[in-house]
Amino acid sequence: MIRVSNLVKNYGDFQAVRDISFDVDEGEIFAFLGPNGAGKTTTIKILTTLLKPTSGAVELDGLDPSVQHNEARKRFGIVFQDPSLDDELTAYENMDFHGVLYKVPRKIRRERIESLLKLFELWDRRNDPVKQYSGGMKRRLEIARGLLHTPKILFLDEPTLGLDPQTRNQLWTHVKKLNEDERVTVFMTTHYMEEAERVAHRIAIIDHGKIVAQGTAQQLKEQTGGETLEQAFLALTGSTIRDEDASSVDQMRSMARMFRRGRS
Amino acid sequence: MSAIYILWLRQLKRYLRSKPRIIASLGQPLLFLVALGFGFGPIFQRAGQGNYIQFLAPGVIAMTILFTAVFSGIELIWDRQFGFLKETLVAPVPRILVMIGRTLGGATVAMIQGLIVIVICLIAGFRVTNFHALPEAILVMVLVSIMFTALGTAIASVLSDFQGFQLIMNFLVMPIFFLSGALFPLTNLPKVLNIIATIDPLSYGVDGLRSALIGVAHFGLPLDLAVLSIIAAALVGLGSVLFSRIQL
Repeated sequence: MIRVSNLVKNYGDFQAVRDISFDVDEGEIFAFLGPNGAGKTTTIKILTTLLKPTSGAVELDGLDPSVQHNEARKRFGIVFQDPSLDDELTAYENMDFHGVLYKVPRKIRRERIESLLKLFELWDRRNDPVKQYSGGMKRRLEIARGLLHTPKILFLDEPTLGLDPQTRNQLWTHVKKLNEDERVTVFMTTHYMEEAERVAHRIAIIDHGKIVAQGTAQQLKEQTGGETLEQAFLALTGSTIRDEDASSVDQMRSMARMFRRGRS
Repeated sequence: MSAIYILWLRQLKRYLRSKPRIIASLGQPLLFLVALGFGFGPIFQRAGQGNYIQFLAPGVIAMTILFTAVFSGIELIWDRQFGFLKETLVAPVPRILVMIGRTLGGATVAMIQGLIVIVICLIAGFRVTNFHALPEAILVMVLVSIMFTALGTAIASVLSDFQGFQLIMNFLVMPIFFLSGALFPLTNLPKVLNIIATIDPLSYGVDGLRSALIGVAHFGLPLDLAVLSIIAAALVGLGSVLFSRIQL
């Protein structure tokens, strides 16, 4: 369903992704693990038509996302790592906007929005503007929105970041159900090893833009002699801590927060 | 079609929900009307050019549309910074439709602001002399709105943050306004200024409004409408191309 071969992405001199290859089968849950800045999000951006690769080939359901954008976009849904909501709109409006863009028929749209907002316990606050939401609520809304249409492939880029255990549990139960009932292929990244072990059929570990190991959780543990996936992960990627540069986006957000504080 | 509609609706909702923005954006036209209109009025009169408020009002209306439209287009940078742009860029909607929806939304907002400023001008003493040409006046306003929203979108498509914003304001938007004949007649100008005013697209918007509303023309309404239509179409085209090339 997803095929990546010899993918390379450079930003100037910096090599974000260095010649990686992997396949994800239809109906599979595939976890992409790696330390910060390893190239996970860059890979997802290339797969979801947001970025063009420097070289290498990418295939989504037989389509090339860097050429057949629109056909490819019809195949997948995505929950982004960083915020992608409109703060001025209400939760319901954000959901509705998404549903219209993805051509979910009106009646089904209403039903699904209601059931998803109820599932993630946002229904009572559906008419409040998103800017009044807490961080956790925004995250829940992003996830609910990502599940509004039923795509063939679902990308989840660190979906559980900042979520409480209850919501994490809801999310993975729902994702597993989608995978089992509707054969949705899932491509996920996470920093929580136990989540990857619980839901993923296969795991690839990426570090410094290269895939250092792939296989089932069991295989990875055997390969490294670790008792848990976490130990296997650390054995493969080392224990130094990586820093990502504070991007202009983060600076911008803190500026906007200052603005808002000044106004209110 | 539904994609264009929902993008248009979003722009409109954002505008209607930010009351401070609506009020703030009316301050500048008011200042121009009062300070310049009443300040320069006596001199203008003595120079034999008639009532300055009559002359200035179409310029102030065009100015309002210019600034609102460019800002609406440039709002794209906010969407990029706050992440919402990703949501629209991965949706299975051709990017040209996303661009058109946004542009129509921004243009509608600029139109509304323009209409509010007409009312303010009427209160300040502006009198429309050509009521039968009101449809043409509206058409000019629509074209100017679309043209500059598309320009703002085109600019925002190549800027990734607000670093270049002041540059755009001071070296593009301000000159477009000040050199357009919004504030002074285009007759008997120094040669260089005359050339600049002739290639400034806003000159045709201001002139179009003046011919339609008070029957005073420099280029003439047919030429104004032709130039505005061509440039608006070109900028929508340019904006679409640049917008569809965005990578995040």
